[in-house]
Amino acid sequence: MISNNIKIKTQDLNVYYGEKQALFNVNLDIHSKEVTALIGPSGCGKSTFIRCINRMNDVIDICKIDGSIKIDDKEIIDNNVDVVRLRESIGMVFQKPNPFPKSIYDNISYGPSIHGLADNKSDMDKIVENSLKKAALWEEVKDRLDEPGTGLSGGQQQRLCIARAISVNPEVILMDEPCSALDPIATAKIEELIDELKKSYTIVIVTHSMSQAVRVSQRTGFFHLGKIIEVDTTEKIFKNPGNQMTQDYITGRFG
Amino acid sequence: MNLVILILIGIFSYTSFIYGRSRIKKITTSQSIKINALPNYYGYYLALWCALPSLIILLVWSIFEASIIKGLISQTLSQNELNVYTSDQINLIYQKIVSLYNGNFSGTITNEIKQGAEDYKSFLSIAQSSKVVLLLSTAILTITYGIKRISKNNKARHDVEKILTGLLFVCSLVAILTTLGIIFSLLFESIKFFSAINIFDFLFGTSWSPQRAFVRDASAISAEEYADLKNAFGSVPLFAGTAFIALIAMTVAVPIGLFSGIYMAEYASIKVRKFSKPIIEILAGIPTVVYGFFAALTVGPFFREFGEKLGLEVSSESALAAGLVMGVMIIPYVSSLSDDVINAVPQSLRDGSYAVGATKSETIKRVVIPAALPGIVGSILLAVSRAIGETMIVVMAAGLAANLTINPLESTTTITTQIVMLLVGDQEFDSPKTQSAFALGLTLFFATLILNYIALRFVKKYREKYD
Repeated sequence: MISNNIKIKTQDLNVYYGEKQALFNVNLDIHSKEVTALIGPSGCGKSTFIRCINRMNDVIDICKIDGSIKIDDKEIIDNNVDVVRLRESIGMVFQKPNPFPKSIYDNISYGPSIHGLADNKSDMDKIVENSLKKAALWEEVKDRLDEPGTGLSGGQQQRLCIARAISVNPEVILMDEPCSALDPIATAKIEELIDELKKSYTIVIVTHSMSQAVRVSQRTGFFHLGKIIEVDTTEKIFKNPGNQMTQDYITGRFG
Repeated sequence: MNLVILILIGIFSYTSFIYGRSRIKKITTSQSIKINALPNYYGYYLALWCALPSLIILLVWSIFEASIIKGLISQTLSQNELNVYTSDQINLIYQKIVSLYNGNFSGTITNEIKQGAEDYKSFLSIAQSSKVVLLLSTAILTITYGIKRISKNNKARHDVEKILTGLLFVCSLVAILTTLGIIFSLLFESIKFFSAINIFDFLFGTSWSPQRAFVRDASAISAEEYADLKNAFGSVPLFAGTAFIALIAMTVAVPIGLFSGIYMAEYASIKVRKFSKPIIEILAGIPTVVYGFFAALTVGPFFREFGEKLGLEVSSESALAAGLVMGVMIIPYVSSLSDDVINAVPQSLRDGSYAVGATKSETIKRVVIPAALPGIVGSILLAVSRAIGETMIVVMAAGLAANLTINPLESTTTITTQIVMLLVGDQEFDSPKTQSAFALGLTLFFATLILNYIALRFVKKYREKYD
C-alpha cells in the first residue's frame, strides 16, 4: 500500500499573512498515488498549507510565501512558474461545494474548454462523461446534464466539484475539508470515491474528523500553530504517535 | 395655532409615556403580577392612545375646516337679496374676504366684504375653540381608556406591535395612492387630449410642431383644421429623438461604466479603490444643469469645430454632444452598481474557477459576469431610464427642433424636453397644446413600464442563481 515515490516535497516553507506568520518551516513529503490527511485544530495552517501547493494563496494580496515546494522535483514557489498551468495539474475541492451557477454539463466542460482539451463537441461529451463517471455522479445526473449544478443536493454538488477538478486531468487533487458541509451518507460516498481516486491521483485531504483520516488516508500529518508536529503513516499516528501533542489531539484532549 | 396643538399633543404623549411606565411598575410591585412586556411598552401604549386619536382628529379637521367655513360664508352671500351671484362671483368675493381678514386686501371695501370678513373672523375663532375643546376631551377620554386598559390588559406589547404595523401599512399606502393619483391625473388629461386628436395620429404622426395649434375648442373644428392639427401633434420624432439620444448615451455609459466597475471590483487594490470610487461617484452628484452647459458650451462647439475641419456640417446643438455628455453623467450609475453586484458574487466561485487553472479574465468573463448578470442588467436598466428621463442636458445641448433624423450631428429633441417647452410660460390648461404634454407623459410612462417588464423577464430567464 505505502509507496515511496515522493510527489510533493516541501522544505522550510514559511507563509505570512501581512505581519502574521501562518506557517513555520514546514517540511513535508507527500507520496504519489496515496491519500495524505492533514489534521490539527482550527487555524493551525492546514488549509494555508494546501493552498500553497496550487498557489491559490496568490489570490490573497497580503500573502507572502518563502521556502520551497517541489512537485516532481520542479520548484513551484518561483515567479517564473505559470500558475495557470500549475493549477491545471493540481485540482482542488473546497470546503463548501461551489458549483458554478451553470448547467451540470457546463460545470464540467468549463476547465477543458479554457485549456482547449477537446477538439469538438463529441470529445467534450466524452470528457464530461468520464469525469462524472470517475466522480461516481454519472448515473445520477446523466439524464439532466442541462439542469443547473446548483440544483443538486449538497453531496452531489461536492461530487460535481470533484468531477470538475478531474476534468482537466490533474495529477494531484487537494481537498479542503470536502465533507464538512455534508451529511454522513454523502460523506460516506465521498470517502468511497476518494478511495477509488487514489489509484490514479495523489490526494491531499484536510479534515477535522479523525475517523475520516483513519478511513481514507495512508499517511497523516499533524499541524499545530503553523508547525508540522508529526507526520507518519496513518496507522502509526493513530495507534502509536511519537509525539505527546499528537496523542493528546487524536484522543480529544485538546483542539 | 396648529403648531401649539401639536406641541401640546407631544407633551401630553410624553407625560402619558412616563405615567404609563410608572403605573405598570406600581401595579406589578403592589400585586406581584408577572407582566409579559417591559414597562416601557406600557408607556408607549398609553402615549399612542393619547397621541393617535387626537392627531387623526386634527388631521381631518384641518382638511375640512377651510371648506366648511367657505360653505358657511357662501351661504350668507347667496342669501343676500340685493345681488344674485354666480358661483364664480361668490368665489371671488370669498377670496377678497379672506385677503381682507389677512390684512393684504387692496381695492374698495364694500359693506358686504367687511361683513364677510367679520363673519369669517368669528367662524374661525369658533372653529378654533371648538377644535381645542374637541381635541382636549378626546385626549382625556382616550388616556383614561388607556389607563384602564393598562391595569387589565397585559398585552401592551402586542397592541403596540399592531399599531406600528398599521402605521407602516399606512405609509406604504400613501406611496401607492400617490402613484395611482399621478397615473390617473395623467390619464384624465390625456383622455381630453385624445378626444381632440386621434390617438393614432398622435402615436404615428411624424410631424411635431405644437406651436401651430391655436385651436381652442377642439370639438368644433373643420376637417381641414384637424388635418393641420394632426400635423402638429405627431409624436414619432420625439420618441425617435429620445431613443436616439439614450442610445448614444448608453453606448458611452455601458462599456465605460461596466469596465470601470469590473476594474474596481476585481483588479483595483484596496488603496486605489478607496480613493477612486468616491471620485467616480462624485460624477453622480454633479447637477445635470452643469452637465448641460458643459455640453452646450464646451462639447457642442468642440464637435462643430472638429466637424468643420473634417468638412462635415455639424450643428452646434447636436444629438451627439447631448448623448455623449449624458453618457458621462450615467457612468457612475452603471459602474457603481455593477461594482456592487460583482462584489456580491461569492469568492468561492472565483476560487473554483482559479482551481481548474482559469486566468483572472477568463474567470471574470465566464463565471463572475454571468453570475452577476441580473444585477448588471438592472443597473443598465436604471441607466436607461435615467437617460430617457433626463431633460436639462437635452434642453441645453440638443436643441428643440423635432427633427426626425438618425444623423447624430443634427439637432434633435426628446419627450421630456418637449414637455418642458409645452408647460413653461403662460398656459391655457384646456388647449390641446398643454394637454399634449400629459399625453406625452403618459406614453413615456407606458414605454418605461414595458421596458422594465422586458428587463425583468430577461433577468428572470437568464439568471444564474448562486447562494
